[in-house]
Amino acid sequence: MAVEVSMPYDKQYVTEYSNKHNEPAWMKELRLAALEKSENLPMPKPDKTNIEKWDFTDFSHDVEGTNIDSLENLPPEIQNFLDQEKETENLLIQRNHTAAYSSLSQELQDKGVIFTDIFTALRDHSELVKEYYMTDAVAVDEHRLSALHAALMNSGIFLYVPKNVNIEEPLQAIFWQEDERASLINHILVVAEENSSVTYVENYISNNTEAQTSANIITEVFAKDNAKVSFGAVDNFAAGTTVYSNRRGIAGRDARIEWAIGQMNEGNTAAENITHLVGDNSEGDAKMVVVGRGDQKQNFTTNIRHFGKESDGFILQHGVMKDKSSAIFNGIGKIDHGATKSNAEQESRVLMLSKDARGDANPILLIDEDDVTAGHAASVGRVDPVQLYYMMSRGIPKREAERLIIHGFLAPVVNQLPVEAVKNQLRQVIERKVN
Amino acid sequence: MAGSTLEIKDLHVEIEGLEILKGLNLTLKGGEFHAVMGPNGTGKSTLASAVMGHPKYEVTQGEILLDGENVLEMEVDERAQAGLFLAMQYPSEISGVTNSDFLRSAINSRREEGDEISLMKFIKQMDAKMDTLDIDKNMAQRYLNEGFSGGEKKRNEILQLMNIEPSIAILDEIDSGLDIDALKVVAKGINEMRDDSFGCLIITHYQRLLNYITPDKVHVMMQGRIVKTGGPELAQRLEEEGYDWIKEELGIEDETIGSK
Repeated sequence: MAVEVSMPYDKQYVTEYSNKHNEPAWMKELRLAALEKSENLPMPKPDKTNIEKWDFTDFSHDVEGTNIDSLENLPPEIQNFLDQEKETENLLIQRNHTAAYSSLSQELQDKGVIFTDIFTALRDHSELVKEYYMTDAVAVDEHRLSALHAALMNSGIFLYVPKNVNIEEPLQAIFWQEDERASLINHILVVAEENSSVTYVENYISNNTEAQTSANIITEVFAKDNAKVSFGAVDNFAAGTTVYSNRRGIAGRDARIEWAIGQMNEGNTAAENITHLVGDNSEGDAKMVVVGRGDQKQNFTTNIRHFGKESDGFILQHGVMKDKSSAIFNGIGKIDHGATKSNAEQESRVLMLSKDARGDANPILLIDEDDVTAGHAASVGRVDPVQLYYMMSRGIPKREAERLIIHGFLAPVVNQLPVEAVKNQLRQVIERKVN
Repeated sequence: MAGSTLEIKDLHVEIEGLEILKGLNLTLKGGEFHAVMGPNGTGKSTLASAVMGHPKYEVTQGEILLDGENVLEMEVDERAQAGLFLAMQYPSEISGVTNSDFLRSAINSRREEGDEISLMKFIKQMDAKMDTLDIDKNMAQRYLNEGFSGGEKKRNEILQLMNIEPSIAILDEIDSGLDIDALKVVAKGINEMRDDSFGCLIITHYQRLLNYITPDKVHVMMQGRIVKTGGPELAQRLEEEGYDWIKEELGIEDETIGSK
């Protein structure tokens, strides 16, 4: 029996939407095929959290945003993401579903770097996008949400770094959901060719504390042989947004993918971050911090899968839970047969700030190879009274001592974010959520 | 500036229901350095923890006064702000908080809002003290005690002491785990603090630290009390003869807690 799905968007809508953006034929076909599949596919099943009833279909799909002529005209809440001391040369701002601001330095353009919104990329670099878009990283038919994403994708970025190009300055993207009902079905595609390196950082922001909508985000990162991708993110959707986020990376030989993700959403969130270490000697470093509050329910899965020999994976998940919030932290290190001399390490820690909060750290090691090393550390607990005593014995009041300990607990991600303004913004969000 | 006076009167302290201190009396004035000595398990560290207010130690009887103020009614941070400092035997490791940020917060907690120490002045002051203690400058940006060696932790405690400048400091086995060179460096830092406005209680079970820091008084603890007090010569005799002669003199068979 087919599962009944109440989809407000049909074949005709999707066709018209694709036409409106002058998408290549393959994209239109991919959307339509995905739409059909979405009706019968099951919802994703994150371990220990049931998201069957979470609403990912009730929203405004196509909302325009006003173009941004000058960064000086941005409201302070958006200005905060930008470094004030130096000009942000490489920047994309997505306002609702419009690429409202876009800049890439002439130098990077000359080197062949592509950093543009997904619709422009589909028109100007169709074949390149086609090669990577929901092919080897995330499949269209993984579950209902991946299919819905493919069918209704309404925003995104394509970042392409050619062979041997090393980009020093971070590239920055801001996804600003100004409209309260605008859904964000956002697709980030990062391709770093051989011997290249890039640092990318993104911010999600919305203000819909009451109005309900959803975000369905898929990120695909490809680090080819000997490439390095450093990926930073601060997700800060308001309480009305239900979030599904899937960030996935594939690392080639000697490649490295680093994730530093601040999960600061106010609404229900299911997020997975999976890194496939395909090439020999590849490295994955996945760090994530969370602050849960109110009555939000969240599920986080960070997974590093080792295929290549001597591959090295490190997972860090730190969560602070307060009020009546609950969160599951699944950390999975999987070493496949043949990935000899690989190393899978992980650390999941949850700090509970109220008796009604719930946090669960599940470290999982799945190992099909003998000649490997692996380790995990997990803990769930309150602020250590002996640490508090130590800090207070220097004259620091209890509240301030707790504040320092919490910020310290979340520092692994804050410190790794590449843009000073984004670091500060994350610190402020943490401050606001914890107090 | 005249120093503070710490008075401990008939102090009884329990940990998890077991009485450790059983009526301890001690008075320490600004300008004085006292050593508290004694074999292991006689309550020396409990004394230090009880004065500072460690959450696991419960004072069941007696008084602790700082310049006449009741210390036992104060929270831990209030005790510190009133002028007490404890260099701990096992300092906590706090991830993500740099040594430098921690120290600056500690200094600023003693200053009014709006009158915080300037970053430049703070760095200058900290650098100078780090030089005295022969501490690598990159320790300022390392996380508080995280991954520090035993010796680094002890030096860091003294670095905090020198920057915070309390009126009364208790040093809990600050010499344990230090080699002779490190011991000299730490002693140099502590001796630099010596003036009329600073009193110091040095807890140790080795005499060797006292070769470098000369105490005005030496107290010997057994069975949760101070059983003997003398001058620096007492420490010397303990070094040469051990504790047995005191036990004999006082008719003590087992000096540890829980013995009669």
